[in-house]
Amino acid sequence: MAERILAEGNEAVGWGALGAGCHCFFGYPITPQNEVIEFLSRELPKRGGVFVQSQCENATINMLFGAAATGVRAMTSTSSPGWGLMMEGMSNLAAARLPCVVVLVQRVGPGVQRLTHSQQDYNSATKGGGGGGYRNIVLAPASVQEIHDLMQLAFHLADKYRNPVVVLSDGLMGHVVEPLELKTTDFGPLPEKDWAVARYGQHEDGKHRAIGASYNPLKGESFVSYLIDMRETYQAIEATEIRYEEYKTDDAELVLVAYGYCARVSEEAVDAARAEGLKAGLLRPITLWPFPNQAVRDKAAQGRKFLVVEDSMGLMVDDVRNAIKGEAEVHLVDATFRHLASEDGMIMPARVLEEIRRLL
Amino acid sequence: MSEEAKGLVRERVAGRPEVFVREWFADYLWDLFCPGCQSPVAGRIIAEVLEELGIGDKAIMVGCVGCSGIMIGGFDLDKVSPAHGRGPDVATAIKRIYPDTIVFTVQGDGDCIAIGAGPFVGALTRGEKITIIMLNNNNFGTTGGQLGPTTLVGQVTTTSPEGRKPSEEGYPVHAAEMAATFKGVAYSARGALHTPADYRRTKGYIRTAFQRQLEGVGLSFVEVLTACPTNWHLTPVQSLAWIRDNVIPEFPLGEFRNVTYIE
Ligand SMILES: Cc1ncc(C[n+]2csc(CCOP(=O)(O)OP(=O)(O)O)c2C)c(N)n1
Ligand code: SF4
Ligand SMILES: [Mg+2]
Repeated sequence: MAERILAEGNEAVGWGALGAGCHCFFGYPITPQNEVIEFLSRELPKRGGVFVQSQCENATINMLFGAAATGVRAMTSTSSPGWGLMMEGMSNLAAARLPCVVVLVQRVGPGVQRLTHSQQDYNSATKGGGGGGYRNIVLAPASVQEIHDLMQLAFHLADKYRNPVVVLSDGLMGHVVEPLELKTTDFGPLPEKDWAVARYGQHEDGKHRAIGASYNPLKGESFVSYLIDMRETYQAIEATEIRYEEYKTDDAELVLVAYGYCARVSEEAVDAARAEGLKAGLLRPITLWPFPNQAVRDKAAQGRKFLVVEDSMGLMVDDVRNAIKGEAEVHLVDATFRHLASEDGMIMPARVLEEIRRLL
Repeated sequence: MSEEAKGLVRERVAGRPEVFVREWFADYLWDLFCPGCQSPVAGRIIAEVLEELGIGDKAIMVGCVGCSGIMIGGFDLDKVSPAHGRGPDVATAIKRIYPDTIVFTVQGDGDCIAIGAGPFVGALTRGEKITIIMLNNNNFGTTGGQLGPTTLVGQVTTTSPEGRKPSEEGYPVHAAEMAATFKGVAYSARGALHTPADYRRTKGYIRTAFQRQLEGVGLSFVEVLTACPTNWHLTPVQSLAWIRDNVIPEFPLGEFRNVTYIE
């Protein structure tokens, strides 16, 4: 029987990583993700893994580059200011096609506001914030259990596509305490990592391995052939890996679109609206890239209205509008709808319900 | 002389270490550097040492961005090219994962102690059991000869057109002396390549550095003074005299720390 415990979101990151057989963690303290680094500093070495506290986030992301180059499962975690420091490294990881997992526990910005939750890093996570226009696979959990489960999926997808995966959490998801069932999910077979640098250069073909953040003419690649390869990978991800969940959307006249903590808030608001006879539903993207464009588009074609609920100045809303292409009304509940003017404020179900009433 | 003997002589004069230059790079390598550049010379002695110690098969090389990193293409080893300045971070991870391999970085002076000062000090602080080899040509060679942390006082570069002024740009950084102050460092030395005797001594430093890593003592660091005739606006021969007369007085040669045991 699977073990059930009580855990907070940040610990679930660690449990999920252990379940996925993560061998290395590199970290630098930053609120609100400190529990991740503390958990793994305690648990990884016991299991023969590698834990290094580095001198800054720029270092952690480059340590991750070195670890991923060896093909072992490796990760880092950070919050928004550290995420900014990682951008060059993220671009290089994507360019070198190195599988790895980065957990981003978002906090309020821009700049350095305070230490609490937000959803303001959507663009830099989903659109490739560093140089070069690359893509990260981005997973957005909305419960402690889902953080744990998506961590395991993250390592699988990273290996499957040789692409960095970002698990996008936030200060609230990181600290909410919920029951957690510890289990290991088998997602099926993966390709051999015969590209990785190895101990004693042990390669069957007798040739060395070279990892770098650019195309490799020695492998017969040109810049353009490399871009085409990369695009094919991105297209395969878009064709295969889109994940989302629908809640009471069948007859919904207003479809809420929200991820992470805002999806939990929206679900409550949908229930409250239904109790009043208002036909609201929720579409919750689980992959933010690739984004569930088609699911959104289909609902627009059926004449539904949309309400995006996100704790930012409005970032994901652009992807919703892009999917809809002007075919439906799109409204937004954003960070300015927080119930307190201070950084401790949240978007509350009651405020979302008010908007639902206004729109239906 | 017999054909065989001639072959031997040719091999001794023009041969290359096994771990160095086996591929396309063999023909191409020399076109990538300016005449008189000493970066590939440093690369050659690193390769010779790896071969003489018999550790070519268990070495993993971490390069850099810069003229000092071009040589990586010539090494027939598993290797990783990191972002500018991040070699010690990348090497840290690899060494922690494979503790019984030999992991080394080759970095320029700008790479190692300008943009890469953080990774360098981080690795020194933790006493990572890696080897860092820094080629000090007193400037940013690749990007056109700009001021670097090691540029000499008064030296003209493309971003210090009136010469380095201490009041504004400070004084040259002494990486080997600095590294020697860290308790986790097993070995720190500075060598040059401007005379055959110095070439041999520097090779000895690099050998000791790798030996300390083999023994698992601590971090080992070797700074190598290299000529950059192009950006110094000197001929290759003048560059050697410049090293003797101007660079070495600022950057003294020798070993600054050499311990076989760290608590
Ligand atoms: C993040 C980043 N900033 C700047 C550069 C541009 N750049 C490439 S090499 C270099 C300087 C290299 O100088 P040094 O490390 O001394 O190497 P050398 O060419 O002298 O051997 C710079 C600034 C870069 N590649 N990446
Ligand atoms: S610019 Fe200087 S360091 Fe670069 S190849 Fe030319 S001589 Fe060597
Ligand atoms: Mg230089």
